[in-house]
Amino acid sequence: MFQIRIHGRGGQGVVSGAEMLSVAAFLEDRHAQAFPSFGSERMGAPVVAFCRIDDKEIRLREPILEPDALIVQDPTLFQAIDVFAGLRDDGYLLINTGRTIEELGIGDAVDHLQADRVCTVPATELALKYVKRPVPNAALLGAFAAISGRITLDAVKKAITEKFPGKVGEGNIAAASAAYEAVKAN
Amino acid sequence: MLQQTEGSHAVAEAVALCRPEVICAYPITPQTHIVEGLGELVKGGQLENCEYINVESEFAALSVAIGSSAAGARSYTATASQGILYMAEAVYNASGLGLPIVMTVGNRAIGAPINIWNDQTDSMSMRDAGWIQLYCESNQQAVDVHIQAFKIAEAISLPVMVCMDGFILTHCYDRIDVPEQAQVDQFLPPFEPRQALDPADPVSIGAMVGPEAFTEVRYLAHHKQMEALELIPKVAEEFKEIFGRDSGGLIGEYRTEDAETIVVTLGSVIGTMQEVIDEMRDAGEKIGAVTLRSFRPFPSAALRAAVGHAKRVIIFEKCLAVGIGGIVSNNVRMALSENDLATYSVIGGLGGRPVTRDSLRRLFKAGVADELDPTHFLDLQHDVVNRQIERSSTGHRPGPDAENILRDIGIVAAAKI
Repeated sequence: MFQIRIHGRGGQGVVSGAEMLSVAAFLEDRHAQAFPSFGSERMGAPVVAFCRIDDKEIRLREPILEPDALIVQDPTLFQAIDVFAGLRDDGYLLINTGRTIEELGIGDAVDHLQADRVCTVPATELALKYVKRPVPNAALLGAFAAISGRITLDAVKKAITEKFPGKVGEGNIAAASAAYEAVKAN
Repeated sequence: MLQQTEGSHAVAEAVALCRPEVICAYPITPQTHIVEGLGELVKGGQLENCEYINVESEFAALSVAIGSSAAGARSYTATASQGILYMAEAVYNASGLGLPIVMTVGNRAIGAPINIWNDQTDSMSMRDAGWIQLYCESNQQAVDVHIQAFKIAEAISLPVMVCMDGFILTHCYDRIDVPEQAQVDQFLPPFEPRQALDPADPVSIGAMVGPEAFTEVRYLAHHKQMEALELIPKVAEEFKEIFGRDSGGLIGEYRTEDAETIVVTLGSVIGTMQEVIDEMRDAGEKIGAVTLRSFRPFPSAALRAAVGHAKRVIIFEKCLAVGIGGIVSNNVRMALSENDLATYSVIGGLGGRPVTRDSLRRLFKAGVADELDPTHFLDLQHDVVNRQIERSSTGHRPGPDAENILRDIGIVAAAKI
């Protein structure tokens, strides 16, 4: 089983991101489960969503306490909550930012992770460019496909189309593809 | 067809496949996505010959369903938490009048203190209201059990409550097999009401009954539920023949065959429990679980047969009868009163507290060693509770418990994991 935890703030599409990731895994014949942290979500409040991917039926219903991958949609969360709680030493870390890990001041927290599994991507900038709105979730899924190899970009694109048919979906697909390329180029 | 979709969305599709003729609903978290989904299906024309009625309250929602069901229409509504309390009088009326309404409960805690998260206190508050109550372990079961619920309700002329854990199921994206219309049509015939209000052939429903016959009418209500003990497994069998899946029925059993310790529970928590049971089995522990898929009628005989050989039973429930302890435990102990085994009552997962493998491992190990109290509160923070008891006993005007405890633990936990 591979477990992903997504942190962000209300309005950034955290829950939709986890749902689309589960759809992408389903489209590749995997079992997947996505669920939110069930807060009384409101714009700007910290939000957590979870996604599990496995080759067999997923029965577990607890929140993801030891993620294999962490997607951080909003770097201001590092000051607010312990985003890294439970992240495995061999885990992946993907942060939506135009800054470096050093500039974010989280070097100590990510020291134990493998360097090629830690990655930043300016997903909000890509979303503004392609979707015209600051919703980084789809772009981050593209980046996740690139860094982890756990899901293909093609499945991510199909999942985006399923969730957002039409023009909105096209913009998000463009953002996801650009993020995928940006990570691959690193 | 296999879909990766939200539990609520799949349930909306399943209900629509049952061709309801009247849906009346008042939105309340975590049921909202279900009735929104049905609203879209009616408005979009996919669900035909169905009147969708927006009402002003939960009391109105069920009252409208009572009226439409009495007029011979297949009727559906959904609610949760404070909503089911607000419709309480109508809940009793629907069953007393013998109306086969199907209602989803997206299980959620009841305030005060206000809490939107999952436990099963809401539907449990209506356990003795005369409805059949079915509890779902997964979103696949939620889909399947809703389809069976209409058949059960109409065959026996009683309303059925389908209870699914709020958020944990309603808001979870899963792989779900949503049946085809032709299959559902084959399984579920059109509604033939036992009684119908019809101006062309007037009858009266809802007589006043005095002491001379009230006991007899109530006895018949109980008798009908006892008959449902045979009907529910029969409908599950028919469902399996057409859809090929084991869903519904009175109880579910997991690795009980030679188990010395059997956990009895209901709802979605069984998934996490199965993981822990597998670990403990691998380590040589003889442990299994029974889920109560029907809580009303209570499957006493089936439960006795399933746990008869065990040494002990650990009853885990997400509800609490304040002043005595477990609600489910009370029922299980009544059913097993003649069995020679130890019973432990565990209250957990209240107000959305996650039930983790870690907690369950500790719990089951203590249970296997017969080290549990008769009533145990899972993961209770004794230090926090004791400090508030201390404040209450010594201070002048110590203030409300809820606010004091939030101040004590120093957080509003909503956005934490």
